Amino acid sequence: MKEKGNIIFCGVGGQGILLASEITASALIKSGFDVKKSEVHGMAQRGGSVSAHLRYGEKVYSPLIEPGTADIEIAFELLESLRYLPYLNKKSRVVVNTQKILPPSVATGVERYPEDVLEQLCQRGLSVFHMDAFQIAKSAGEIKAVNMVLVGAISAFLPAGEKIFLDVVKERVPEKFRKVNLDAFSKGRAIIKKFQEV
Amino acid sequence: MKSKTNIKEKVLLSGNEAIARGAYEAGVKVASGYPGTPSTEILENLSKYKGVYTEWAPNEKVAVEVALGASFAGVRAMATMKHVGLNIAADPLFTSAYTGVRGGLVIVTADDPEMHSSQNEQDNRNYAFAAKVPMLEPSDASEAKEFLKLALNISEEFDTPVLLRTTTRVSHVKGLVSISDVKTSPVKAGIEKIPEKFVMLPSNARKRRIELEKRMKKLKEFADDFSENKIEWGDKKRGFITSGVSYLYVKDAFPDASVLKLGMVYPFPEQMIKAFAKEVEELFIVEELDPFIELHVKAMGIKCRGKDLIPSIGELNSYIVRKSITGEKGEDLFEPAQIPMRPPNLCPGCPHRGIFYALSRLGVFIAGDIGCYTLAALKPLSAMDTCVCMGASIGTAFGMEKALGKNALGKVVAVIGDSTFIHSGITPLINIVYNKGFTTVVILDNSTTAMTGHQPNPATGITITGDFSTIVDIEALCRAIGIKNIHIVNPHDIEATFKVLKQEVERPEPSVIITKYPCVLLPEMKKRKNKPLYVVRTDKCTGCRTCLKLGCPAIEWVPVSGDEAKKLGLKPKQKGYSRINAVLCDGCGQCVTLCKFKAIVIGKRDERKG
Repeated sequence: MKEKGNIIFCGVGGQGILLASEITASALIKSGFDVKKSEVHGMAQRGGSVSAHLRYGEKVYSPLIEPGTADIEIAFELLESLRYLPYLNKKSRVVVNTQKILPPSVATGVERYPEDVLEQLCQRGLSVFHMDAFQIAKSAGEIKAVNMVLVGAISAFLPAGEKIFLDVVKERVPEKFRKVNLDAFSKGRAIIKKFQEV
Repeated sequence: MKSKTNIKEKVLLSGNEAIARGAYEAGVKVASGYPGTPSTEILENLSKYKGVYTEWAPNEKVAVEVALGASFAGVRAMATMKHVGLNIAADPLFTSAYTGVRGGLVIVTADDPEMHSSQNEQDNRNYAFAAKVPMLEPSDASEAKEFLKLALNISEEFDTPVLLRTTTRVSHVKGLVSISDVKTSPVKAGIEKIPEKFVMLPSNARKRRIELEKRMKKLKEFADDFSENKIEWGDKKRGFITSGVSYLYVKDAFPDASVLKLGMVYPFPEQMIKAFAKEVEELFIVEELDPFIELHVKAMGIKCRGKDLIPSIGELNSYIVRKSITGEKGEDLFEPAQIPMRPPNLCPGCPHRGIFYALSRLGVFIAGDIGCYTLAALKPLSAMDTCVCMGASIGTAFGMEKALGKNALGKVVAVIGDSTFIHSGITPLINIVYNKGFTTVVILDNSTTAMTGHQPNPATGITITGDFSTIVDIEALCRAIGIKNIHIVNPHDIEATFKVLKQEVERPEPSVIITKYPCVLLPEMKKRKNKPLYVVRTDKCTGCRTCLKLGCPAIEWVPVSGDEAKKLGLKPKQKGYSRINAVLCDGCGQCVTLCKFKAIVIGKRDERKG
């Protein structure tokens, strides 16, 4: 039986989640998997919480991940990593961008941004891989490449080779931004490889 | 690019992209629609193919009429819309069932269970029954493409419009789709006068009414032979009748069970249903929203279970389907974390924020409408008091005026976007003039249909393919209707906007205020150079929180303790100060005018890097 998996992408509207999930899906297809990817457009994209479900395997039926069955969560924003807990289980791997984007209630001083997000994830026994993708993207030369840093990071867990991913990034990104995006991808991937060595 | 085999390659497409591809491959010549989530991308994608005329119509009724006209002229045609759009287009839909077609005609309705981006979750399968029109329902992108083609064939074979129904999880789910070559439709374009078929005078309509019944009978027989109504035999203990995305949930939840998958959800393959029901021990109907299939199966006298187990509110998934039917709880899940919500919000620099801040200061009742600006209803602006359907702002505000008489003067305002105004705001505005009202109408002109992803509209003078066209001048249009008091304001200038608003709401005559400023997400606005960056001078900020009332995502409150306040040189009792997030600030300057202490000033550009 061929490998299968469920990946949940989450973050804030405008962070490039759709492109990240698209690139991941394309890399898995090129590696011979059936893929379904579910996303939501429209009102939800105006700075609110957004998520995309990606499922791959020999044959995928439902486009939605069942609660408790996500293998990987990739959170583009720190707080958002906690919003989809019911989809995870103790074996889930969580890749977290530690960048904070304040929700309106926090920005206006009504609520506080939780200080212990990573601790809350670890307390539940999840394998947490955190990084400041915003700073990494900035060091690669383009703050908008946050999504590529994170795609690089989860690529280390997926049954699609690095070369396939790099090819897809090349295909999907305009030439002008190709170098920074490839650089951002490699930096993200290297961080997970470092985690894995420890 | 033509290859020897018909199938060229497999590509990752969304349901909407696949429908567009299907329309192209099937030789659709004319396609019209109005943007609406989750249907929008069908026409956007189809407009990129050569040889197909595509357009954004002012509303869905016009779109269906244009497609019907194209069909009358003998070409294949399609109209696309979201579920609530079909309410507007219901008029031509019901009578087109009588006239029938010449070229194949498909009307795509994209429903939105769970209301991801809609004001209701009506189940448009009911329209198929009510209008006596066949309806196909694909489960995924691959089927979406094929079903669109099948729908055109059925349309031509049975002389009927055909509904193709998707839901959000079909329209916006990407999956692998086989691409093939273009096949053109067999019908020949040209003018043909067939009054007994196309002129629905009562005398003709009565005859067509009989034809319609005959057609439905034939379609029922066809349903039993239709290749996309199919039984997948498995374990016969449990049998499922299902369709659309629910089929996929059943397959995941009960992989070994017997399934009757309906590709056509109306009319029903009665023989097939009877045969299936006879073979299985227990029959379940799994469908989202209404018990549409269930009621028809029960009306056939067949015992089954459905909505007594399966929720009729919101979307399903395989977890809900399994749990509802077996009652098994499954493994314990993590509890949701108690964390701040993150609702969608008007963007930093959004011109709507200025007018809604001014309106909230005015303290009037705000009859709202459908668009990004509906988000003004959320805190802290809390500046919308109704939202019903496209165009409803103007009619409901006027209704309130008539109910309250003079007491409504200065107290009720209607607010509507430019595209929504063109869609269905013009007729209620005529009503105000004609029936001697004084309601003030604010038209929010941001030069685009923003919520659905920036489609052009007649007021922008740009077509779906990006060509220039005549601009429908909203001001001139209002004047022609008979509105004498028309003001155009820049909503970023909150003070000037407030003054005009105050003056007009108290005027005992109808007036229109047009707020004119482009959406910040338009490419030309994103690209603009020399955007100012505003910063808060902490030494001047008193912590009064006035700027926070704008609800701008770029303005953040930084709480401080007494000691910190002292260190930062703030007032001893100051609880915090405002800060502007340099990455988010779009330089609109609305906050500057609000700050009485002149604490918000233009900052240095290099700070933009965050």
